[in-house]
Amino acid sequence: MSERAKDDAPVQRPPQRAHGPFGGMMLPAEKAKDFKGSARRLAGLLGPERVWVALVIVLGAASVALSVTGPKILGNATTVIFEGFRTPDGIDFTRLHTILFWVIGIYLGAALLGWAQGLILNAATQRTVYKLRSRVEDKIHVLPLKYFDEHPRGDLLSRVTNDIDNISQTLQQTLSQLFISVLTVVGVVAMMFSISWQLALIALVSIPLMAVIVMRVAKRSQKMFVAQWKNTGDLNAQIEEMYTGHALVKVFGRHKEVGARFAEKNDELYKASFGAQFVSGIIMPATMFVGNLVYVAIAVVGGIMVAHGTLPLGDIQAFIQYSRQFSQPLAQLGSMANLLQSGVASAERVFELLDADPESADPVFSDAAPAKSPRAHHGELRFENVAFRYVADKPLIHDLSLVAVPGKTVAIVGPTGAGKTTLVNLIMRFYELDAGRITLDGVDIASMTRDDLRARTGMVLQDTWLFEGTIRENILYGRPDATEKEMHAAAEAAYVDRFVHSLPDGYDTVLDDNASNISAGEKQLITIARAFLARPSVLILDEATSSVDTRTELLVQHAMEKLRKDRTSFVIAHRLSTIRDADLILVMEEGAIVEQGTHAQLLKAKGAYSRLYEAQFAAPIDA
Amino acid sequence: MLWKLLVTSMRSYGRLLWGVILFQLAQSIANLYLPALNADLIDKGVARVGPTGLPDPDIAHIWYDGAIMLALSFLQIVCAIAAVYFGAKMAMKVGRDLRAKIFGRVGSFSENEVQKFGAPSLITRTTNDVQQVQMLVLMSATLMISAPFMAIGGVIMALQQDLGLSWIMVVAIPVLLGAVGAVIVRMVPHFRRMQKRIDAINRVLREQLTGIRVVRAFVREPVERERFARANADVTESAFKAGRLMATMFPVVMVILNLSSVAVIWFGAPRIQSGEMQIGALFAFLTYLIQILMAVMMATFLFIMVPRAAVAADRIQEVLGTDSSVVPPAEPVTALAATGTVEFRDVSFSYPGAEKPVLSHLTFTATRGTRTAIVGSTGSGKTTLINLIPRLYDATGGQVLVDGVDVREADLDTLWSRLGLVPQRPYLFSGSVASNLRYGNPDATDAELWDALEVAQAKEFVTEMPEGIETEVSQGGTTVSGGQRQRLSIARALVREPEILIFDDSYSALDTATDARLRAAIRAKVKDVTMIVVAQRVSSIVDADQILVLEAGEIVARGTHAELLKSSETYREIVSTQLRAEDAA
Repeated sequence: MSERAKDDAPVQRPPQRAHGPFGGMMLPAEKAKDFKGSARRLAGLLGPERVWVALVIVLGAASVALSVTGPKILGNATTVIFEGFRTPDGIDFTRLHTILFWVIGIYLGAALLGWAQGLILNAATQRTVYKLRSRVEDKIHVLPLKYFDEHPRGDLLSRVTNDIDNISQTLQQTLSQLFISVLTVVGVVAMMFSISWQLALIALVSIPLMAVIVMRVAKRSQKMFVAQWKNTGDLNAQIEEMYTGHALVKVFGRHKEVGARFAEKNDELYKASFGAQFVSGIIMPATMFVGNLVYVAIAVVGGIMVAHGTLPLGDIQAFIQYSRQFSQPLAQLGSMANLLQSGVASAERVFELLDADPESADPVFSDAAPAKSPRAHHGELRFENVAFRYVADKPLIHDLSLVAVPGKTVAIVGPTGAGKTTLVNLIMRFYELDAGRITLDGVDIASMTRDDLRARTGMVLQDTWLFEGTIRENILYGRPDATEKEMHAAAEAAYVDRFVHSLPDGYDTVLDDNASNISAGEKQLITIARAFLARPSVLILDEATSSVDTRTELLVQHAMEKLRKDRTSFVIAHRLSTIRDADLILVMEEGAIVEQGTHAQLLKAKGAYSRLYEAQFAAPIDA
Repeated sequence: MLWKLLVTSMRSYGRLLWGVILFQLAQSIANLYLPALNADLIDKGVARVGPTGLPDPDIAHIWYDGAIMLALSFLQIVCAIAAVYFGAKMAMKVGRDLRAKIFGRVGSFSENEVQKFGAPSLITRTTNDVQQVQMLVLMSATLMISAPFMAIGGVIMALQQDLGLSWIMVVAIPVLLGAVGAVIVRMVPHFRRMQKRIDAINRVLREQLTGIRVVRAFVREPVERERFARANADVTESAFKAGRLMATMFPVVMVILNLSSVAVIWFGAPRIQSGEMQIGALFAFLTYLIQILMAVMMATFLFIMVPRAAVAADRIQEVLGTDSSVVPPAEPVTALAATGTVEFRDVSFSYPGAEKPVLSHLTFTATRGTRTAIVGSTGSGKTTLINLIPRLYDATGGQVLVDGVDVREADLDTLWSRLGLVPQRPYLFSGSVASNLRYGNPDATDAELWDALEVAQAKEFVTEMPEGIETEVSQGGTTVSGGQRQRLSIARALVREPEILIFDDSYSALDTATDARLRAAIRAKVKDVTMIVVAQRVSSIVDADQILVLEAGEIVARGTHAELLKSSETYREIVSTQLRAEDAA
């Protein structure tokens, strides 16, 4: 029942928006849906670092307080000079130097505190980001496969790399800047008031003015940034498709249309990003302008005040310095708005992944009753009235029962879409059943831990999957603690040894993404060797040999006969030659087993199997 | 590399560049003039000394200078916004052009070059790497260009105020440059490493996602977790070290800035005392010094972007500098006699740098209305042979002729228009079934699509789809199974109505019954075409007019099924492995 609930989870994307393997890359920014909630959770990530964060705030406040008093004291120095200049006694150098020493001390202190604050913050954010990445990785291993069916790979990748990177930058930049900027503004305003409330008021007027400008611009640029990222995404998806289907684009003569479509999207992206950059680029000059206005106003009003003798000259100089210090953090706060919004949008995407429903938990066993099958298990596999569907309203397998006896090979045949691959997915418990149960040596697999189940099952899949590494590492993947000798034995059994010897680096040949150094068939042989080495009690071959040429296949068959001893083997293959030797053939049609028996029996029965067989040899062959 | 790329990219935007420079210069001058006016305001207004030697402030002059300052502020913002406008325009145009250039270049690549770079890398280069360069241009235009103006202008203005204090600049500027430079130099390697380590995380994760079934089947989660943890720790380490240096930079810069301002007052005071300097000039000098140092700091900060952009530029240039190994003919032959003949004349092929040729001395002819089948073991060169016909690769020896014309001399569009290719891996583009089918023939009617689907044995399942041929199929998704995808891919080739149909092991994911029906339908419906078929299953090719047996890149036997059974040991071996089933019957 829990399956059905998962189907309704709002994780599905409309198919036309589906990005390819890399479609979602580099696109962290999308408007946050629940800005406040996600922002709060983002802040919550720093929870374990709260002591350090508190320290950062204290140090930041102290540093700002010191650096803010700097200009005021420096202003005193100016006043000393000015007074000395006005009086015939000249400048009081001793007093001047004492003041300046104080200033130096204060600035050095501020810098030291700022430095300590920066270092602590850096360590705290890096630790947080590290943990966040680990949490995503952990999550990936507990998500049901269903989730990966529904989410484009590129999008998931993007969440772990681009989005988390974005969060890291947001945390590091905005967090420290946010504190410093806000504290600086507060401190500066306080200092200004301590000098002259009239001038301070002039400066204060500029705050709402800047806020209005920043908010209006940021509001517009936010929309444009969303457009920019959306267009980047569209373009990226398009590029991804074109590069992946490169040969097809050419041979089907579509390169001109493709080029035209690219140019169109590229131009849209240009327009959107130009708009975003220009509009957001206005924030800086605009705040600078407001800053300059304040500067001019203070110079004039302050000048008049000094002229009237109501203000010492040094104070205007300090004031001017403050006005500079004060417009800068405001401009920074403005430009941070965008960064923060995109950071929160990224956080939202990561949280979405972390919140996805995991696989049903493995059963927890008390020590007394572990649902492990007896140690002497052989791998008797039994399906009892199994029903399953991927999509809620489309039943795929219904009421399926079968028994696979240890040491025997079961071949599953049937037309495309009959549910053969699904059967394998169910044995491995990649998906949960809707009804019925599957037992291994009499134990319901749902009551075993997935690790226990899978440790006994070896499989070779339809898609050959090898990771970037040497051939040796890939074979050892099946059992990392195997000896070199065992590895060689497995490689020989799967006829990997044969072609590996012709490679210059032998087993140390590195397989890369599009390993052009070995053919598709050879890749498949490596995956077979990997399964050999794992020595499972249940062996599953899912169209495993379809890319291996028939001569190689013969060799593999021989090796498999040896391997299949004492093991339950499931073979899904379309070639009758592969399944000819099977002890039991299951003929599947539309999710149900319509026939079972040996090759000879089934041929005599003149049913579905015999039809399939006829089709294979529709043309007369005089062998 | 970066410089070269920037120069070539900006060549066509000279006007925009001049616009940026001009307006940045203007706004810098306006900005620089403010402190001078302020100094004037103080010296001639606030601190004016009357003829009696007593202070005699000139209020009118204060207002006058104030008005000019106000006007300058307006001028400054107008110029600054204009500079941002031109700068953003230029940067985004450079980005757009680079993307177009790379895309165009990749379009001209043969499979060789695509393989060399790998599609994922080409994608990153087209988008992400361009983004880096584009951002550098943008930041340079909006921030960096004004830095030298501010610095040089500031020096000039400051010197006008007082020459005697200029040594402070001589000390402060190099010290600041040196300090920031030292930090950045140490940061660069961390950044470089960080980029590589982010790539590593990407790779580990991508492998985990693509191989999730294998990972789970082999219970390798602990190993994978550990692999990820290592990559994660590596990235974190680099980010941490770079961050630590970054955290050091700010206080260092602030200390230098603040100490310089203290120095100005310290050493300025005696000069005022002696009357060599006016107090307003001292203020101005102080402001200029801060401005100069700020500009220097900005410029150096931006240099942090340079290493990353330089790496990106290298990667872009690498794509742009790679020539396709398939060169379009200078004088293409567009008039191909539509005979549908494919001829290989002593064709050899080897991958660049490879010792052994993949194909050697192949000669055969496939004519209209016939089926040529190619069989052979894994790695015998079957797919490579197929790829030579549409010029996805060029033969390294001999000639491939289509309709009597060497493919290297034929107009590529004309050549491709004759071919229908069903690749080994059936790739569908995202879109509807119909849009995929129309891929090679946008004008095909719905009826034609259904005909093709019927021949390809795909009519049934497409009819059952929720929206028929308008159903969306996702690129790699689970909406259609492997066999269904293959049949759609076959239908797509059929919709093209090509003269020459090429099947590259296109039946492998089909069950035998479907395979048989498909072949029967093609025989019945698709006449008068040249068919070239790579196959694993003997049953798929028994009715071929000519079968070529390929072994290690050479044709070791040829003939019909019956002939080969008599003449070829290799062929008999292939057949016997598959037909043991029949013996048992």
